Formats: sequence, structure tokens, C-alpha cells
Amino acid sequence: MTMLATLLTATPLVATSLAATPLGGALLAATPPSDATAPLWLTLIKVFTVFGITMTLVPMLVLAERRVSAWMQYRVGPNRVGPGGSLQPLADLVKMLFKEELRPDGVPPFIFTAAPAIAAICALSMMAVVPFGGTLEVGGRSIPMVVADTDIGVLVVLALSSIGVYGITLGGWASNSKYSLLGGLRSSAQMISYELSLGISLLGVLVVSGNFESGSFRLSDVIEYQATTGIWNALRLPLGFVLFTIAAFAETNRLPFDLPEAEPELVGGYHTEYSSMRFGLFFLGEYAAMVAGSSVIVCLFLGGWHCPWLTTEVTVGWTGALLQMSVFLAKVLAFLFFFIHVRWTLPRLRYDQLMTLGWKWMLPLSLLNLLWAGAHAALGWF
Amino acid sequence: MLSERTAFLVFSAIALIGAANVVTRKNPVHAALWLVGSFLGVAGLFLTLGAGLLGAIQVMVYAGAIMVLFLFVILLLNLDVTEGDGLSFARGASFLAAIATLALVALPFAQSRELRAAATPDHAAPDASAGNVADLLFTRYALPFEVVSLLLLIAMVGAIHLARRPRRDESV
Repeated sequence: MTMLATLLTATPLVATSLAATPLGGALLAATPPSDATAPLWLTLIKVFTVFGITMTLVPMLVLAERRVSAWMQYRVGPNRVGPGGSLQPLADLVKMLFKEELRPDGVPPFIFTAAPAIAAICALSMMAVVPFGGTLEVGGRSIPMVVADTDIGVLVVLALSSIGVYGITLGGWASNSKYSLLGGLRSSAQMISYELSLGISLLGVLVVSGNFESGSFRLSDVIEYQATTGIWNALRLPLGFVLFTIAAFAETNRLPFDLPEAEPELVGGYHTEYSSMRFGLFFLGEYAAMVAGSSVIVCLFLGGWHCPWLTTEVTVGWTGALLQMSVFLAKVLAFLFFFIHVRWTLPRLRYDQLMTLGWKWMLPLSLLNLLWAGAHAALGWF
Repeated sequence: MLSERTAFLVFSAIALIGAANVVTRKNPVHAALWLVGSFLGVAGLFLTLGAGLLGAIQVMVYAGAIMVLFLFVILLLNLDVTEGDGLSFARGASFLAAIATLALVALPFAQSRELRAAATPDHAAPDASAGNVADLLFTRYALPFEVVSLLLLIAMVGAIHLARRPRRDESV
């Protein structure tokens, strides 16, 4: 009975997040690109590809996190389920689905249920504007390899990441527990502090890549610029790259910024009272946000699908598209490894250190980075 | 595909229902959440008008940043459910203010045919891209833009003055 209820709550949530992506794409297509709007079946294929890859990456990432942490701490890690422990995520999923779903007394039922869904949906929908390849010319059709090819691409990422905070904050508030509430409060304060640096260091990228002249916030335009000049933005804006990465760690609640769920002091933070698949959705949201964050960083600073030895003459047709996708995926995986590595290397910041870093260091430095970007664009450096 | 009219009706309904619930909910957290919903509805309206930039900024700034701050303060102060009575004067005043505002907005629309026409998607700004918005903001609307920032500055100074702790040698 409980399992049925869990499935019933979990299935529509996953289905909604799936539906949210094409719906968002259809809405965003209100400002269509120069060529005609893509047919629905094409968008659906792209949605299923991106959704499928993201949902495959998440369990792989969970396993990688446990094995890499074990490796870094001279342990073995989970290695019993399947060859080398490869089926461990599946076992975890089954466990989560079958566990009893607890709901504490006196919680507002709607918000309590909606909070994990908000966290997961926002993180998954971000992938809709991430271009995973260039333009595929096939059958007289030029298909941009991105689900929603919209003018405001980067802004959609920022907007969704700021809406995603509600999942954590509300989850903390609705749990009717002081530990959860403290976790939720911390997350909202943290997001406000780091979103500014995130946005301002992003502005630097747009200035350098000439996006303001064309008036487009497409991630594919940023990649196009890096591909044609052959220089990645991380070299143009090293400071911006570091700042954006730090802010992305803070936005995804990853160590050293995981104060909202600091185990030693807050039990489990915002998800203390969550169990079974609702907890699973928070978990999914965190890892999907990691995938989305890495993808955005790769697009903005590390050239996206661009690889120095794969010029546009080589990458034509299906093989070219697959090559570009593999390059992009490889970069994203490398960055995800970095995410995991940092988590098991650095200690957690104290709360006042977090605020000092955010307001007294990151914000002024990101303004400096914007100044640097402006000089870069005005003086026409590389 | 959604027709523009359906999209407009759906998003207006979201915005209006949200706004109505903001002023009628007794739990401040619920009221704040309805306000977020209302903002999202308005952002949808911007999108249907083809102003993607404004829509995204609406979500980022209002729904994403300002309301998170609101929610933070509400949770931090641990505000309880407000009681309905004892506010009859304020309630009457706010009712009058609402009617006055409505009249202020509705009158120009009732009088001018041009304004009514401008509210349909066909007459939306031809290109609401970042470049065009910036051009208008720094040339034609430079003065109103500066005045609004000044207004915000004044509000901020006022809020800091009201909230700061009185110095020891100074009575409140």
C-alpha cells in the first residue's frame, strides 16, 4: 500500500518534470530563431535524449561519488552489487521505493510534497537550454542540437536555479522541525549571497563573447564564438571562471558549501524529515543540478562541444554530431569528477566564513572581472 | 501548440488568482508563495508578448531573488498566522486604496483607443532584445531610470534608519 502511494507520488512528479521540459521549450519558442520552428516530434526526440542522458548520469554519479570517496579515503566502497558495484544505484533506488514514507505531524501536506518536486524539476529543466552539439545538417534540415533554442538561454538557467531554492527552503520550512528550518534558512541566505557573484561573472562572459551586440543570450552563441576564435573563455577570463565555479558549487549546495544539510550540526538539514522517494527526489535534484551546472560551465568557459583538433570541416553529418556530443560529454564528466574530488578534499566553511567569502570577496572580485571583460572587449584582445 | 489567446488567459488567471490570495491568506508564508505564483504568471504574460528578456528577468529578480529574501525574513522572524480582527481600519483603507488604484489604471484605458490596442501581442515591441532595451534605457528613458534608482536608494536609506539599533547616548 505504502509502495503504491510512493509510486503514485513519484511517477507524476517524474512525468511532470519530463513534461515541463517540452512545455517550457514550447513556451520559450515564443521567440523563435531565424529559421522556422522545429516540428514537435523533433523536439520530443531531443527531450528524450537529453532527459535520458541526464537520468543515466545521475545514478552513475552517485556510484562514482561513493567509489571515488572510498578511493580517496583508502577504503573499498560499495563493490558487492553487480560487477564492481555497478548495480548499487539500482539497489538504492529499489530500497528508496520500498521504504516507508513518513510524514511528521502538523506539516502542510501540499508544500511538503511539492518541495522535493520543485527541487528536482528545476534542476532537470535546466538541461533544456544546454546545447550538446553544434547544428546538425541532415536531410535538408538544420537542427540545432539543443532542446529549446531560445534567445534567453543563459537567463533561463539563472531563473531556474533561483526558483530551485524554493524546493530546499520550503522543504525545510514545511518539515515542522527546527533542524530542517535552520537548513532551509541557510540555503536561502546562501543563494542570495552567491547568486549575485554568479550573475555578474556570467555578464563578463557575455561581454567578451559579443553577446550584447547581437542581443542574444544563447549558450550556443557563446560556444560558437569560442569555436571560431579557437580560444576558450577560461583563458580570457580566468578570474571569472574561478568565481563562476565557486558560485556554482554554492548554488548546488556542494561541499564546501553544504551548510543547508551540515550533518554534524543539523542532522540532515532541510531533508531531515524526508524519507523514501521524496528524499530520493531531493537527491535526484542535487545530482541533476550538478550535471546542469557542469554543463553550463563547460559551455560558458570550456568551449562546449569545441575541441581544438576537431574543426568544423571534420564534424559534418551524423558522425560529426556524435563526435561533438562525445567531446561535450567527456568535458562534462571531467568536470563532474572535479565536483566529486573537491567534495572529498575541502572541509566545510563556517557560516560567517561563507558570508564573508560571498559578500566581501566574491562580489568585489566579480565586479573586477566585469571590468576586465569590458577592457578585453573594448581593446580587442585575443 | 498553445494559441496566444489561451496562453494569455491562463497566465492572467494565474497572476490574478495569485494576487488575490496574497491579500487574503492569513499565513504569511502561504501569502508569499502565492505572490511567487503571481510573479510567475506575469513572467508568462511577458513571454506570450515575445519579451523573453523581461520574462526571464521577472523570474530571476522578483520570483527568484526578492521573494527568497522575503521568505527568509518571514521564516527568520517566525511570524505567526495573523488574526483577522483589530485591523478593520486598515482593511477599509486598503479597500479604498485598491479601488483608487484600479480606477487610476483603468481610466486611461477606457478613454484611449490607442492604449487598448497597444496591449495586444500584435502591437508588442518589435524587438525586446537586450540591446534594444539597453538602448532605450540609457537614451530615451535615462531620466526616469535614474529617478527610479534614486527612489530605491531613498527607500533603502529609510529602511536602514528605521531598523538600526539606537546608539547608547541617544534616546529613541
